[in-house]
Amino acid sequence: MTRDLDAHAAKIGKQDKIATGILTLIVGLVLALLAAIVVYILFQGLGKMLTPGFLTNSPLDDENPGISFELFDSFYMLLWTLLFSVPISLGAAIFLVEYAPENWVTAAAKTAIETLSSLPSIVVGMFGSLFFVVVCNFHVSILSGALALTMFNIPILVRTIQQALEDVPRSQRDASLAMGLTRWETTTKILLPAAMPAIVTGVVISAGRVFGEAAALIFTSGSAPARLNFASTNFGSPTNPWNIFRPAETMAVHIWKLRMEPSQGNDVIAWGCAAMLMICILLFNVLARVLGKALAKKMTAE
Amino acid sequence: MAKTKEEYKDKKMMPKGQLESVGLGLTGACVAVVAIVVVALIFMVAQQGLTTFFADGIGFGSFITGQNWIPSDGRFGALPLIVGSFSVTLLSTLFTLPIALGSAIFVVEIQPGFGRKIFQPLVELLVGIPSVVYGLIGLTVVNAAMRSIFGAAAGTGAGILSGAIVLAVMILPTVTTLSIDALAAVPNAYREGSYALGCTRWQTVWHVVLKSAMPSLMTAVIMGMTRAFGETLAVQMVIGGVEKSMPAGLLDPAATLTTALTSGLSNATTGSVEYHALWSLGLILLAMSLFFILIIHLIGSKGAAKHD
Repeated sequence: MTRDLDAHAAKIGKQDKIATGILTLIVGLVLALLAAIVVYILFQGLGKMLTPGFLTNSPLDDENPGISFELFDSFYMLLWTLLFSVPISLGAAIFLVEYAPENWVTAAAKTAIETLSSLPSIVVGMFGSLFFVVVCNFHVSILSGALALTMFNIPILVRTIQQALEDVPRSQRDASLAMGLTRWETTTKILLPAAMPAIVTGVVISAGRVFGEAAALIFTSGSAPARLNFASTNFGSPTNPWNIFRPAETMAVHIWKLRMEPSQGNDVIAWGCAAMLMICILLFNVLARVLGKALAKKMTAE
Repeated sequence: MAKTKEEYKDKKMMPKGQLESVGLGLTGACVAVVAIVVVALIFMVAQQGLTTFFADGIGFGSFITGQNWIPSDGRFGALPLIVGSFSVTLLSTLFTLPIALGSAIFVVEIQPGFGRKIFQPLVELLVGIPSVVYGLIGLTVVNAAMRSIFGAAAGTGAGILSGAIVLAVMILPTVTTLSIDALAAVPNAYREGSYALGCTRWQTVWHVVLKSAMPSLMTAVIMGMTRAFGETLAVQMVIGGVEKSMPAGLLDPAATLTTALTSGLSNATTGSVEYHALWSLGLILLAMSLFFILIIHLIGSKGAAKHD
């Protein structure tokens, strides 16, 4: 009997060691995979990306086509998307955390946001191609694209802002209300400043997601390279870069488009574009953390 | 002492009650906008997608079971696309699950310090890599690997298996992060009880932690499947885009609901039968996401009841 117990102890001890070994191996594999992906993208694209003119030449350049228009369009589209999505998400999150009565209206609103978050982005793009482009008559334009991206971004933002507001200690909220401030004053003067570092981090990280999104844009802002003229002063002209009613092509869409018309030259440009996209998104991630930390530091020092 | 209206005017302040309704109105309007847009989306997709069956004279049964998707011939059988979507989704979940679960156990039970501070942020970085970039890598690395492993049988390397592998990497961070949360939510008392009975760490994980975290782990898997089912461009780049007939095997080029939508929508004229049929595909995608949400809610209500 004792021997059996010893054997059993040895067996389960061995099992435990094997399991630990396998789990460690899995984690090692995941880390290796991650490193391989990042290194591979940079290896394939960094050379092209650093070629003189690649980031500054127009894609229509015959000799040395670059991605300057796509680079501009990506950031410009992101700017409009954030202009639309940040205020709406902020309002929606405040409503859900601070005001929402516990009834079917709130439940329905929460379900609506959840639905939006699980919708495939191509369905959002498809909806945009009919609703924004045709019904609202915005045509295939930056405005339609930014609105489609806003739909894609809202659920992500609402969730992070909600989290940030809920993380503010209950005592701060209670103290403010006890001093006779209204809910709205409490929110704007106490809660929002306290939650600001987390909100800023969340917004910048979501910006990275928006930056790489392409499926929602193909049918709303187009996939043809825009012809931009940076000297143009006519804001209604389709070549004016600041005109939000002109079609646009972001870097992510450009990569997809180049792969749909494969040729040796296109392949290299696609990789250069991918490397640039990766670096931008890595920078967004770093920026998010740095900004969040700096804001938190500034606020606690005061 | 209550202030009079004039006093508020002097200080350029609004009466508190009025201020409160401004706040409620503003934030309520934001929620209303989101809700209206979602309702408009569901309504529009349903309206356009159902036109195929009610006005264009295509039977719902033949749409779902038809084995050929050839819009130019007027043949709208979505079965190859449905089969494509479900097979890449299930396969990718199958590939991801052991890796995600293993990583989550490592992070929560074995090395929380390293796991939480270094491993988890790195894995979350994978979420940020754009879909098109995954597609590019899949096209060059995965498809080439398929060619060299399976030889002539793999053709160009494009197929369901390649799509599933790329998707598995894409949903890995989602499933891993949610699994970590699920395991971390298991009360420590459960673990201590198990250790006090003389169980090893692995026995504790296998018999206690995983079992009590099961509902949340299932939610994690469903969230991953939702993402895989709706993923578009990465799959489109590696799967080969053959819509006209049923895929015969995992190495056969195929298509999914999302890839057929992407390649078809730019050529279809608004109002044509093909256009409506593409919206019907969108309707299936929409119905599936609603179905996934429903499952998550069902698991949620059951799991919550069980934990206490």
